[in-house]
Formats: sequence, C-alpha cells, structure tokens
Amino acid sequence: MAMKLSLGPILFFWPKQKIYDFYEQTLDTSVDIIYLGETVCSKRRELRTEEWLDLARHLAESGKEVIISTLALLMSESELSTLRRICQHTDLCIEANDVAAINILAEKKLPFICGPSTNIYNANTLSFMHKQGAKRWVMPVELSGHCLESILQQARQEGFADQIETEVFGYGHLPLAYSARCFTARYQNLPKDNCQFKCLDYPEGVLMKSQEQQTLFNINGIQTQSANIYNLIGQLPKMQGMGVNVFRISPRSEGTVQLVERFRRSLEGQRNEIPLQDDSCNGYWFGKPGMDQVTQLGQSAISSSREAN
Amino acid sequence: MELVCPAGSLPALKAAVNSGADAVYLGFKDETNARHFSGLNFRQTKVQAAIEYAKSQGVKLFIAVNTYPQPDNWCKWQTAVDNAAELGVDALICADVGVLDYATRKYPDLNLHLSVQGSGTNSAALSFYQRNFNIRRAVLPRVLSLKQVRQVASKSPVDLEVFAFGSLCIMAEGRCYLSSYLTDQSPNTCGACSPAQYVRWQETETGLESRLNDVLIDRYQAHEKAGYPTLCKGRFDVDGKIYNAMEEPTSLNTIELLPQLDEIGIKAVKIEGRQRSPAYVEQVVSVWRQALDSYQQAPGNFLIKPSWSKALAKVSEGSQTTLGAYSRSWQ
Repeated sequence: MAMKLSLGPILFFWPKQKIYDFYEQTLDTSVDIIYLGETVCSKRRELRTEEWLDLARHLAESGKEVIISTLALLMSESELSTLRRICQHTDLCIEANDVAAINILAEKKLPFICGPSTNIYNANTLSFMHKQGAKRWVMPVELSGHCLESILQQARQEGFADQIETEVFGYGHLPLAYSARCFTARYQNLPKDNCQFKCLDYPEGVLMKSQEQQTLFNINGIQTQSANIYNLIGQLPKMQGMGVNVFRISPRSEGTVQLVERFRRSLEGQRNEIPLQDDSCNGYWFGKPGMDQVTQLGQSAISSSREAN
Repeated sequence: MELVCPAGSLPALKAAVNSGADAVYLGFKDETNARHFSGLNFRQTKVQAAIEYAKSQGVKLFIAVNTYPQPDNWCKWQTAVDNAAELGVDALICADVGVLDYATRKYPDLNLHLSVQGSGTNSAALSFYQRNFNIRRAVLPRVLSLKQVRQVASKSPVDLEVFAFGSLCIMAEGRCYLSSYLTDQSPNTCGACSPAQYVRWQETETGLESRLNDVLIDRYQAHEKAGYPTLCKGRFDVDGKIYNAMEEPTSLNTIELLPQLDEIGIKAVKIEGRQRSPAYVEQVVSVWRQALDSYQQAPGNFLIKPSWSKALAKVSEGSQTTLGAYSRSWQ
C-alpha cells in the first residue's frame, strides 16, 4: 500500500472564515486524510463543537477520510463533557489526544486513533492500545526513526502490525509542550481568563528567540511548539520501506495546499523535494536534539544553533 | 494527609524519615525514573538499606519507575519493576501504559500509583488507569487550578496526591519535549530535563551566560542571582521584548492551601526534590510536618507561622515561591 498523506488538525486559532476557506481548498488537493477540530485550547470557539462536526461530515462527502481531533490537555469538567459529547457521534472516527478520550471510546467499543500526545513509546504500549481499539497511532514527535523501526518490528513479531496503522508527524511546527498557562496572554500582559483571544492575531504563533536571536520556540497559547519547521521529506522512501502508513503535514497559515501537492509529487518519486531550509529541522528522526538539522546523507549533524540572518 | 517526601540518596532518605515523612519515594540508579541525574538515586543494595531504615521507623517506601521505555531498552524497566516488587515496596509509581500492564499482570497485588508523568489531569483519564491497571492513587500534574483539583477529586475513582512544594514544572508533566528539542534527552525518554552535561557557564563582557547545548538560556548582570538553566525558566526574546517568556525561577509552595486540599479530600501531599541535598529535605519536611500537625490539631484555626515561610523561602528557586497553576491568576 502506498503511503497516505494526512493534514493534521489546525493547531492555531484562525477566524471562522479562514477555517472554512482552508478546508474548502483542501478538498481540491490530493490529501487522503483530514483531521480537524480544536486540540489546543477550549476557549477557541470560532467554530462551535457542532459546527466542527458538521464541517467534518461535509468534508467526508468528498470521499476523503475525515477524523475529528480532540483536546490534548483536559483540565475541567466542561472540557470533559464536550469530549463526551463528541464521542457520541459514532458516525465519525476520533483522534484521541488524551487518555480520557481513549477511556470513553474503549468503553463504547469504538475504534479510534491515538494522537501524537498519547505517549506510545514502545510496542508493549502500542499492543495495549491496539487491544483497546486503536486502529492507527501517531508516533510521539520526540521518538527516532530507529525507535519506530524497532516498535514495528516487534509488532510484526507479535502478529498485530497489520491490524494497526502507523502515522508520522512529518512536517510543520512540532507540538512540544502543553501548560495551564497561556504564553500568548502572558506575552500580552493579559490574564488567561481575559485573554481577549489574542491568538487570533497570530495565525502561525509568536516566535520566541534566544537573546542571541537564535530561533527556539513558537508560542501558540498554552502550547509551545518548535520555532523551526520539522521536515522529514527526505525520509519518505525510508518510511515507505518501514511500513509507515500515513505521513502527517501540520497546517501552516499560508501555502499548505501547495505543500500537499509537493509532498504528493515527492511520494510519487518525482525529484521535486522541498529542500531543507535553514529554518527547518529533523533531528528527532535521527535520535538527535529535535532542533538539529541532519543532512540527507545522514552523515553529519549540524546544530541549528546558527544565528538567524 | 500523608506527607510524601523525596530521597535521592540514603542520607536524604534518613533526613526525610527523621524529619517526619509518612512515606519516602526514590528511584533506581538509571533512566527508569524521572530524576536520572549523575550521583543520585539507589543501587539495588542501597534500596534494601533504605527500605529497612524506613520500615524500622514505620515509614512507607515508594519506588518511581516513571519514565517511558523505548524498544531497545525495555528490559531495564521490566527489571526495575521486578526489583521493586521483590523488595516489597509499599507502592510502585509508574507512567507508561506498557510498564503498568506488565506490573499488573505479573504482580497483581502490587500497589500501583499513577505518576505525575502519566498526565492524568481528569477523572476520565484516571478511570482508564484504574479500570485497566487497578491503580490505587494518582499524582496530579501541576496544571490544575484548585477548582479543577476539586472537580477531579469529586469524580476520581482513586485517591489523589498533589504537589505541595518544590521546583515548579510549568508544563503538563509527561507532555513536555522542550528538553529533548534542545538536547537529546527529555523527562519522558531519559528522566532528565535540561541535563547537566549540556550546561555551560561563561563569564562574558555582557554578563554571566548560562547555556544548554550552546543555546543561550539566560544572561545575568552582576547584581542578579544566577539559577540553573532549566530551559523554561530562561529569559528569551519575543518581538524585541526580553523576559521570562515562560516562567521565572520560582518554587511551588502550597502551604496556605492545606485546609482546602484536606477539605477536597486529597489523600497525600508531595514534596519535590530528589535532586536536592539532605539539608533541603530536612528543612522542607520538618516545616511541612509541623504544618500538617498544627492543622490536624486545630483544623478550623490553621495559621502559617512566619518561621515556616522563612525556612521554605530559603530553599526556593530564586528565593521566591508561587501557588502556580492552583491560582487562576498565575495561569
């Protein structure tokens, strides 16, 4: 089976119209799987839960596989009840980004997808999640290709590898941490309870640099991302060989549609790769610091600690 | 409420026991626990001595095997669970689902606690761990407000333990890869955040610089107190503004919340700091013992003695303390 391309959930806070426009455009692309829904902050309600669900059903009419992604950090009873409500829509498949969702869906005996924040670091955990009903899993972003290879090898030995699909977060700002604190509000000197939805002003987050102007992190509300773009385009053939089923592209504010097509051409073997730019990184895949950039030959690692400009 | 105290060494364990701990937690000398620092933790033989000492004083002993094994080193975690079970510990503190599954199947009577690294922030997540692994207690991540702790407690299928004092993790534990983004080690994979072998200090013309794997974390002027370069507590540049973009060097101190935590039904309070000295352990544990005893004697009339605050401030990061996420305004 050829590897599929997916679009991860939008990690940023965009106005309603931008969200609708974005998904209309994705229908014209060759992307195979679309994940959508709010995964970062429950205060982001440009689309209400019902509107996300309606949008998902509308997108599914195109024949693409559509998945509802759920919140990663559930801290309140109201967030939990929203999750429970989403899980009642049995016509839609759900990406669990917290064990809470796994618990709810497993009790309903519904299949689900384990998102990148569900901490599957080894084949024993993967096997357990498979038995709970996981039909696909997304590897934690900090794991290496070598780890993935070992996990899949063990899964084959234990005879469940062909019953669960593997997805790799392969392009975009890496989701690195979640906090109770909102760092966008902090940057604006606002309390979180009166954040004035400042995230709307930053469609691709706020850049955090060192005092030497080295790009480090990207502030996205309560989520901290990598400032640099993780880009595993050079690993597509390797992933195909390993048995990775899905390659995830995380939406950016601009140009995502074009990105999908460039990845598609690359998957089809056309030498039209998106080269690693100065601002991209791929260290995690090679078992190195995530910010590092390893050359295509995999020989030498250069740290992305070069100063910007 | 049970007072759960840290021990990174046998002297620290003795300090905790002698200062009034109800339970002490420790880890083996490898990456199977979330304080994998050189010179810290216990070899198998030392654990035996630790258990004997704790038991002789009527204090419980917990072992943390609370990081996430990767395929090439799974055996280490399996061995750690086996060793803890054979030692007859009072509780094993775990995070990884594979490890919990192994422990439950092989040692069905072993008392399991969900580690803070397990990221159980809500009642549905705790139900998952209770239902599948029969955990008896969960340690809540330091991301919940007091109101949210109350909500979780009202529906939790297991006893709850919360952080009372110590270094403040500002990210949801078990969900933070900032350290491995800059170095190649994270709390999840290696039990280390901002690992010491990557730290470099440098006197320069513009001040004392702290670096983590060459990344400048902070720069201190002569009058400023320098702290360990935990990366989320550095000063960074956001759109030309240089500030502690994530958090200041500060410690969590919840002593004023003691009555509320008890009223909510919290069963245990945890002191952070296995990486700290026996003197720190002694200081912090004695203050908390006094506070708990004083509260128990007169629950309706709990007052914080100035001497407690003074003693705790002395051992706090940046000499300041915060209520952290328990207080909504911090968030």
